[in-house]
Amino acid sequence: MKNLACVRSSGFQHPASLHRRDGALVRRRWSLWPKALGDRRPSGGPPDDSAQDTVFHTKEVFDVPPHAEAILVGVISGALIRYLFLRRDYRQYPSYPHGVVTHLSLGFIAAFIGAAAIPAIVEKEFTAVTFLALAATQFREVREMERTMLQNLDQGNLVPRGPDYIEGIARVFEARNYLIMFTSLLVSGITLWGNYLSGLLIAVVLLLIGLQLKGGKTITDIAKVRQGQVHFDGPLLYVEDIDFMNLGMGSVHEVYLERGIGIIIEPFDDNSRATLANNGQRMAISHDAAALMGIYKDVDTAEFTPIVRRDLDTGRVGLIIVPIEQDVKFLIEAVKRVPILESALSMPLKTYAGGKAAD
Amino acid sequence: MELEKLILAIITQDKEKVYGAGAPVFLAISQEEQDKIALYLARITEGVIHDLENGVYVLVKH
Repeated sequence: MKNLACVRSSGFQHPASLHRRDGALVRRRWSLWPKALGDRRPSGGPPDDSAQDTVFHTKEVFDVPPHAEAILVGVISGALIRYLFLRRDYRQYPSYPHGVVTHLSLGFIAAFIGAAAIPAIVEKEFTAVTFLALAATQFREVREMERTMLQNLDQGNLVPRGPDYIEGIARVFEARNYLIMFTSLLVSGITLWGNYLSGLLIAVVLLLIGLQLKGGKTITDIAKVRQGQVHFDGPLLYVEDIDFMNLGMGSVHEVYLERGIGIIIEPFDDNSRATLANNGQRMAISHDAAALMGIYKDVDTAEFTPIVRRDLDTGRVGLIIVPIEQDVKFLIEAVKRVPILESALSMPLKTYAGGKAAD
Repeated sequence: MELEKLILAIITQDKEKVYGAGAPVFLAISQEEQDKIALYLARITEGVIHDLENGVYVLVKH
């Protein structure tokens, strides 16, 4: 830093460089030209008389764009929060390294657009704000991209996620970019108004709020999960009194009786009953259970595909699965933690007719 | 609307029980043979064997 020389320049002048320590208003620009090389600059300009007046302040070392601090704090906190929101877990996505890179880059772009918005307004660059709209279009593409990719990958899954689960994941990816944009906007705005410390404080608060919100509901919030007895009635496979399917062949029956585990999910109320009735939600349950506990199945043994069926009388839902891990306790735990899909969540009790009919 | 379930084959010990089928019918002479044919066909076609309880197995693609 000490090697930095200060030269006069007739180029762009930033307000930050309009003062000197002695208070004199001097138009000058700090350049990276090493002081040791003197003034033998390629341009061959006149010797610099203020070269001794080196000021060690970041804002004055470079040509600092307006409101750089606000934008910087906004972008960094936004990108960091995007990184913290990227979950790499059993859902196996986006554990792919390239997925992480893609989403971090998009998160960075979102953070930058958000962070630049308020400084742009302050500088009366109103057209710059229209870029927010452009960004929104861009992030809708993210949803499309995720949906297509997950749908393609789903064909390779022994137990598919199902379209509802995929739609849910894609929607989350899109929404998180908006969330980051908004976070960066707030953080940069606050930084501009106060200083970087207040900006960082807001970033932490927003991160905590985000972590609270992103969890969402799981099966354990809407239903009781317990084990059920697996048995056959002729060729019909049952868990307790829920009929699953007709299966031929004694050898298949033996595998089910020996290794199969039945799970019963009992909804707490009519809202949960309607949610569990959703086929996409049920596919999500079987996918997650199979992903966590392992599945005793290959492409040519379709009879061991986990199934989720519904008891028409009570709205209870049963799951039959032949897991690799014969651990009922953790299978129940896995089912309890299946997320409630946004598309499956229904609340008939909140309507007049639904509420009255349930009485 | 797309047809998702399809009977790929019928394995029976009694050919009187099956009539005018759109799927190939495999005639077995014993329970063991019926099971064996059903199992092989299930593995080959990636279908699931269902028992109609009258000595007829159907192989269904799900």
